[in-house]
Amino acid sequence: MTQTGFSRAAEAVIAPDVEQAGAPQQPGQGRLISWRQRRRENSMLDSDRSIISTAERRQPRVRRTLRGVHVFLFVSLVVVGLGPLLWLAKSAVTPTQDTLQHPFALWPNGIDWANLSQAWNDVEIDKYFLNTVIIAAGAWVFQLLVATTGAYTLSILRPRYAGLINALVLATLFIPAVVLLVPLYLTVVSPPLLGRDYSMLNNYLAVWLPMAANAFNILLVKRFFDNLPRDVIEAARTDGAGPFRLFWSVVLPMSKPILGVVSVFAIIAAWKDFLWPMLVLPDPARQPLSVRLPAVQSQTELDVFLAALAIATVIPVVMFLLFQRVFLRSAGLGGAVKG
Amino acid sequence: MATQPDVDAPRQVPVRERRASNPVTWVRSGGLTKLLFALPLIFVFTIFSWLPIARSVIMSFQKTNLITSQWVGLDNFVAVLRDPLLGTAIANTGYFALLALVMGFPIPIIMAVLMSEVRRGKGLYSALAYLPVVIPPVVAVLLWKVFYDASPQGVFNTLLGYVGIPPQPFLQSQTQAMPALVIEATWAAAGGSIIIYLAALLIVPPELYDAAEVDGAGIWRKIWHVTLPQMRGVIFVMLILQVLATAQVFLEPYLFTGGGPVHATTTILLLIYNYAFKNSLGGNYGMATALSVMLAIFLALLSWVYFRLTNRWSTS
Repeated sequence: MTQTGFSRAAEAVIAPDVEQAGAPQQPGQGRLISWRQRRRENSMLDSDRSIISTAERRQPRVRRTLRGVHVFLFVSLVVVGLGPLLWLAKSAVTPTQDTLQHPFALWPNGIDWANLSQAWNDVEIDKYFLNTVIIAAGAWVFQLLVATTGAYTLSILRPRYAGLINALVLATLFIPAVVLLVPLYLTVVSPPLLGRDYSMLNNYLAVWLPMAANAFNILLVKRFFDNLPRDVIEAARTDGAGPFRLFWSVVLPMSKPILGVVSVFAIIAAWKDFLWPMLVLPDPARQPLSVRLPAVQSQTELDVFLAALAIATVIPVVMFLLFQRVFLRSAGLGGAVKG
Repeated sequence: MATQPDVDAPRQVPVRERRASNPVTWVRSGGLTKLLFALPLIFVFTIFSWLPIARSVIMSFQKTNLITSQWVGLDNFVAVLRDPLLGTAIANTGYFALLALVMGFPIPIIMAVLMSEVRRGKGLYSALAYLPVVIPPVVAVLLWKVFYDASPQGVFNTLLGYVGIPPQPFLQSQTQAMPALVIEATWAAAGGSIIIYLAALLIVPPELYDAAEVDGAGIWRKIWHVTLPQMRGVIFVMLILQVLATAQVFLEPYLFTGGGPVHATTTILLLIYNYAFKNSLGGNYGMATALSVMLAIFLALLSWVYFRLTNRWSTS
């Protein structure tokens, strides 16, 4: 619940049209896709045009400006996007004094590879790393479980109370996360129905379950289910598939695109979360990297600390480089929100 | 298993709308199975969303510790409104939101328009722009804290030294701390916005540009009269979402400065956090919820206005 606002913003923009863009049976319906298709059809006439026309591109003044734009984009994006990461990578294997005295010098006193092993072993990054993975994996499982079964109920099974649940789920979208902070914390400290002495503090369920109460996921998956071809579902029903078979063998296999999007969001959100795990996991041995890194900063030498930061960055960056298209496409679907 | 009764569901299709008048017909028509599928959602949302939301409203009128609570009427709200720090926190949050708007809002739009016009390297540029978004926010803040080192050998101060600017105190200065936070927040978020604007630019119908050219429009006039009006929906959504996000900013002030120096970066969320969790002997949960309820009402009104406006626009 306490993921950063900006990522929430990005997700919220993506929401309304994912179902169109990803709907398997009617690819032409999503606006994003329909324009791309139309553009492809038009490509014989005017290849992939944008603001500047082909004729304008031939003018020397425009060509010179565009070349300037190229240089500007390349330099600024490398400096701003890659620069800090490169600096972190360099400093992770640089002795503290060199980083402090000459932050931009390239290893005047040699490379200090020991930083990395020190961070991994002495700062116990390995342990917190594992905790982070556990938190992300659990959050992923619970978010998928609640989102798929919930959306299946609301979209396909449709019991009589579906409308009420749907309205209640949607209503929570309008309520800012900040309202939940204190009462949710007290819920974890003393969960209802379990008696006074029972507490969920230091239990990973206290992170996983609140993350699963994510109205945005339900909305996303429900809209996708709404667009699944009804005749396939009816055919499966006629063939004698009960609700469980229908769910497991028909609906879920057809929903891989949206499950991928929800998975990416779930794992990233869990990986990024800071305030909530800090509150409900007071035991350092159970905390994830995001909570431990600020805590160990004061007792760690700068070079080892920077090595720890570098290690914490590697996995998300590698994941991004591997699944770049998935990341950028799900982030970019937001553009289809308003045409 | 509860599946059994539903095997003959297809034959019941015409009668499915029939109201289940007693438990037996309810189970036979698959009611139990449906409930089973609804259960995870109902359970998780009841315990971790609906009840806490209701509880926060109740708690804002109560004095609560973990054992007992008593009704105190509007005392919590009065106490919050009388807190001299509240004005500071609101002003700081507003300042953060304003700076984020001025610095952070136009940059992604400009970058996206430029990136959409270059023929080659679009994929590389998108990836580079998105990299900061991928870095875990806590790592990003801690790294930038090193960058903002106030000593003359600090990373940014060294860079400033190259162009002849004397060392700056950054986070240690009451006037520079907030802009420093906003610059980092902008850096961390701009990539996501750029990708969204890039996708939005793809949807602008090419025919409109053709038409504008027939009317004799140059590049600037096409941007001004075609591109931007076509993107106004996305731009407006991004604007309101950014305001909602910045109103709840916590991570940057908490990790960079802890609200200092001299409360110069104490935001509303930091104040809520301090009410509730700073005192290890037990927080003032009443005041914390009272302030969060007030903030939430303000933000809910804002998002209601936004939904009204965007609905009107998308139907027109």
